[in-house]
Amino acid sequence: MKFPTQTAPLPEAQNSVRRVMLIVLLALLPGTLVAIALLGWGVLINVMLAIIAGLLSEALMLKIRARPVRPAVFDGSVIVLAWIFALCLPNLGPWWLPVFGAIFAVVVAKQLYGGLGFNLFNPAMVGYVVLLISFPEPMTRWGPAIDVGGNALNFMQSLAWSFNGVLPSGVGYDGLSVATPLDHVREQITAGATIHNVTASLFHTGHVLQSWNVWLGLAFLAGGLLMLWRGVIRWHIPVAVITGVLVMSGFLWLLDSAKHASPLFHLLTGATIFGAFFVATDPVTASTTPRGRLIFGFGIGVLTVLIRSFGSYPDGVAFAVLLMNLCVPLIDYYTQPKVFGHKRGNVKQGGLN
Amino acid sequence: MVKLLSSQVSQARFSFHGGIHPPENKSTTRDRPIQALPLMARYILPLHMHIGAPARAVVGVGQRVKKGQVLAQATDFISASIHAPTSGVISAITEHAIAHPGGLSALAIILDADGEDSAFEPMPRWPNFTAQTPTELRGRLREAGIVGLGGAVFPTAAKLATGSIAPVHTLILNGAECEPYITCDDRLMRERPDEIVQGAAIVLHMMGASRCLIGIEDNKPEAIAVLMAASDADARFETIAVPTRYPAGGEKQLIKVLTNVEVPRGRRATEYGLLCLNVATVAAIYRAVVLGQPMTDRIVTVTGAGIVQPENFRVPLGTKISDVIAAAGGYTAGTDRLIMGGPMMGFALHQDDVPIVKATNCLLALRPQDRPIEPAPQPCIRCSLCAEACPADLLPQQLYWYARAKQFDRTVEYHLFDCIECGVCSAVCPSHLPLVDYYRFAKTQIWAQERDQSKASMARTRFEFRNERLERIKAEREAALNKKRQNLATNTAAIEAGDAAMARTVAESNDAFGTYQPEAMGQAALALGDVAPVILDSAVDAARARAKARRAQLDADRAEKEQSPAEQSKNNVI
Repeated sequence: MKFPTQTAPLPEAQNSVRRVMLIVLLALLPGTLVAIALLGWGVLINVMLAIIAGLLSEALMLKIRARPVRPAVFDGSVIVLAWIFALCLPNLGPWWLPVFGAIFAVVVAKQLYGGLGFNLFNPAMVGYVVLLISFPEPMTRWGPAIDVGGNALNFMQSLAWSFNGVLPSGVGYDGLSVATPLDHVREQITAGATIHNVTASLFHTGHVLQSWNVWLGLAFLAGGLLMLWRGVIRWHIPVAVITGVLVMSGFLWLLDSAKHASPLFHLLTGATIFGAFFVATDPVTASTTPRGRLIFGFGIGVLTVLIRSFGSYPDGVAFAVLLMNLCVPLIDYYTQPKVFGHKRGNVKQGGLN
Repeated sequence: MVKLLSSQVSQARFSFHGGIHPPENKSTTRDRPIQALPLMARYILPLHMHIGAPARAVVGVGQRVKKGQVLAQATDFISASIHAPTSGVISAITEHAIAHPGGLSALAIILDADGEDSAFEPMPRWPNFTAQTPTELRGRLREAGIVGLGGAVFPTAAKLATGSIAPVHTLILNGAECEPYITCDDRLMRERPDEIVQGAAIVLHMMGASRCLIGIEDNKPEAIAVLMAASDADARFETIAVPTRYPAGGEKQLIKVLTNVEVPRGRRATEYGLLCLNVATVAAIYRAVVLGQPMTDRIVTVTGAGIVQPENFRVPLGTKISDVIAAAGGYTAGTDRLIMGGPMMGFALHQDDVPIVKATNCLLALRPQDRPIEPAPQPCIRCSLCAEACPADLLPQQLYWYARAKQFDRTVEYHLFDCIECGVCSAVCPSHLPLVDYYRFAKTQIWAQERDQSKASMARTRFEFRNERLERIKAEREAALNKKRQNLATNTAAIEAGDAAMARTVAESNDAFGTYQPEAMGQAALALGDVAPVILDSAVDAARARAKARRAQLDADRAEKEQSPAEQSKNNVI
């Protein structure tokens, strides 16, 4: 009897890119829901627009590149990319922000580099940074779900605002939008206030923004732990990012606690936790060795604080991630693990008695 | 099951990096006792069923042989003899299809059984083996054709001869059997623990080793219990439960788990005072030494959903795989994959008309529905799950990247040749990349490059040597010519001076030089030509005169013939 052949190993597939991406999407849910609850329907609109634009441009690019469209579109990687990107966008921004950014991320940052697995830079962060640099004003349109006057936009009103810039009568844009905590601190410090007064006003007065990032951070932390538990990410990068942020901000804070915010403030505001668990851990653009991941993550943490403290942008996670992406080939090369039998201290007479 | 493992069982104290838990699928055959096979009509014995040089046939076609008789003799230090699995007649020594990933054929002895199964005169039994010297015992293993049955089929006599490198203090018995589906070692341990313990005692005696560690994965609690009981009386033995994790049965992984020693690539365990043998190998050693039986059979697990009645068989070597499958009830409908070995490191066979050899531990038949549809490979997302699972601590994703880009020098930098091809990386890959195929590809490409390079460097050496030789000859010729010219100059001067005696002397000296250097002689002779007219003028004149006279004679003859018309016409016809 004759048989077709196939080379070993012939294992049963127990994992797939699709499964990995589905778990990431599941992990994004708590944070996204909290964001919608706190920041309104604009968040959901951003996510949906980015996903649609991302999927369409991915399909188009694959068609142009004569690659199979179906597996790439359905593996979930574009959805993860677009979703993470959209969560970085201001909730009161116009519709073309997520659309343009997602197209740029997919077409330029991902497909032009060769598609999934070949891109050097984190596409979501490329999309975000391009918007931040090109359209600085729309990128500051942040605001709580409920404004100071107690008004809230419903889904249709949010859509109308996003697409046509029309607000329901009685609601003013100035009433909706508000500076993010990092922006606030930057402005106040520049105006000569001491950090103590600024952060105190954020955490202890009735400031609307006081709990934004804390709640968001906790929700994303929950998602990150889910990914850790399911083996989708490893602990090295998140731990290293957070350590980097704490060490660098702690150092600055000890130097001059009047000018620099506390490590806790840096940890709980901005995109620290979201970035540590969801952005820096993008496997394609992160380091792949255990030691390399620690270096990569620590570098992101340190750079984030440095950019926040001395740069011209309020948050530095995106820039920090892109800068460290550049270093990955170097890091990977110099942090190769010791191969079996070549480890130091491999004694000739081990384990006797 | 786990309760059988009482607290007194030693647990492995060390661990190796990575590894996976593939579905075990051992329950199909783990409780099927080892069965004998009925006598078959024909046996096919390839001359090369071990690592090393092929054996040389010592029987002729038509010769009648008996069970246990040597059919082919080991030809080298690393080679193994092959014995008749039953009595019968050698019907041919010819090329026959063998179990090979590429579906190749190889020279094999075809034995037609006579059905009597009568035995050849046995080798002497040595129940009191301690009376024999290690050299005698090694000779017996060599005579009996014993090879490692764990998969590598390395001649055991040669493996045990490496004891001179460093004294072996610990024998490690590999009973891990970590590949899914396979249960042949499990059954052997449970059914014949005494053979294993006695075989190990023989090796301990041969190597002068003081202890024996038996490593068994903890998914085989019965085997652990049975071997513990069988070796209880001997303080040198320790049975150790090894956590079930593929590839714990890899020699280096098992050594690491039991002793914490990492044997690097290119080094032998014996250099560390350790010797690792499969449990089935030491059982074969026992049979060869104590019972005087050569290796003529082995235990084979026949399993998978493609088999009607999965079994463990004691199969005579040379039995056709189709006969073994038939004894297991045949294939179930739809079977389309036959694998020799396990699913992780075995290989798919092209056909079943091939013989069981010393390396065949398992036959695995599968239907399409028993395995997932082969998913199309997707791009690597650098998740590095492979690196976490790699038991050799490699970075498979980097190796894949460079192998794919054909940057083979980089694959070597990333320690490609430390890869043991266990298949763990492919198994965990979410992109379903055939990673091991890429590594095999890179390895063969590098080997081919190295071969080409060594050929090229050999050719270059040859070319350079030839050039050097030509240069030398040219220089020697030049030197001879120069000398000649010098002599000639002297010679001419002498003749001009009308000194004939001087000229003769120079000519003689040229002759003498000519006999000394044959290559230069031609040159010398040629040079002499220039001198000759001077010396032989009179002779030439004489020859010219003779030639003139003959031509005149010929002209006279022709004039005579032209006068005869008959002759004229005859000439015209011609």
